[in-house]
Amino acid sequence: MVYGRVLDERGRGVPGALVEFWQANAGGRYRHKKETYLAPLDPNFGGFGRTITDEEGNYAFRTVKPGPYPWPNGVNDWRPAHIHFSVFGHGFSQRLITQMYFEGDPMIWICPIVKTIPDEQAIRSLIAALDMNATIPHDLRAYKFDIVLRGRRSTLFENRPEGN
Amino acid sequence: MAQPLNYLKESPSQTAGPYVHIGCTPNFAGIHGVYDHDLGSGPMASDKTRGERITIRGFVHDGAGMPLKDALVEIWQADADGLYNSPSETRGSADPNFFGWGRCPGDMATGEFVFETIKPGRVPFRDGRLMAPHISFWVVARGINIGLNTRMYFSDEEAANAEDPILSRIEHRVRVPTLIGQREGDTVTFNIHLQGEKETVFFDV
Ligand SMILES: [Fe+2]
Repeated sequence: MVYGRVLDERGRGVPGALVEFWQANAGGRYRHKKETYLAPLDPNFGGFGRTITDEEGNYAFRTVKPGPYPWPNGVNDWRPAHIHFSVFGHGFSQRLITQMYFEGDPMIWICPIVKTIPDEQAIRSLIAALDMNATIPHDLRAYKFDIVLRGRRSTLFENRPEGN
Repeated sequence: MAQPLNYLKESPSQTAGPYVHIGCTPNFAGIHGVYDHDLGSGPMASDKTRGERITIRGFVHDGAGMPLKDALVEIWQADADGLYNSPSETRGSADPNFFGWGRCPGDMATGEFVFETIKPGRVPFRDGRLMAPHISFWVVARGINIGLNTRMYFSDEEAANAEDPILSRIEHRVRVPTLIGQREGDTVTFNIHLQGEKETVFFDV
């Protein structure tokens, strides 16, 4: 299970936010026709879902932990296990696309896509923590992943595609 | 030491990747039977929606001018009277038959995106001046780390565009046309360029 809250920069829950997520299966394979990795599809796993946060900004979903997978970048680049997130709060100032990683995965720190984030603290904010308290014995482990959306900015700056 | 402010930092963005369709437009990705329709797909206006019907068409181009085949484009706009269908709209209630949000993946073969919608009314800027009619765009794709925000204005609104508070503060005047959708009849063509000579102006909203 992955659970958490969608928050604004003041730490308030964002209710009614649309949270969409997609991921590879346990073997690292996506259900997509352009996907070429040799790992097999799992007939019992769709690989995506969506939900709306409750009044306190909470969301949760039950899934399997995705496998890492190789991708055509350098000669031997692998993605750490991750879940893609698309989050839509109130308006496009609260529109975010990101990825969630799993606590303790050594591959996070060698991933070129993770490394596009220059600041280690910021990378840590995308790593979900194993929460044994929320685990259901003999059933599932729980990872807690909070997502912070910005509030409304007072100005409209020009931006660059590389980010800022 | 002063008291800590304790503001949270916005979660960093990561690329949508090549399989964004699985999560955001599963039916388009060929995965049927889970959700009956993809969120934001189809015509944005119904028979009851007020306003002038328009079709927006365009491509997202990379730095070499090639159209991306795996971009996902979303738009958000006011209704014909310039009101947003949002809980944060304080100026009145928007047309109940118009949500104002649409999502379209680029065509897998050509990359073209299409929105069937209405032309929005004018919305006031913070200082009360009216902005020209415009539609907010949000674009993600493989190879872009963040969601890019821009706006489309209308070529048939020259006078309103000239006094628009956002357009008028863009420093490089030659880049203003990158924000103008070209209207011919009911079709408005709006191409987005991620890089290069024709690079679209993107905003930090
Ligand atoms: Fe991925």
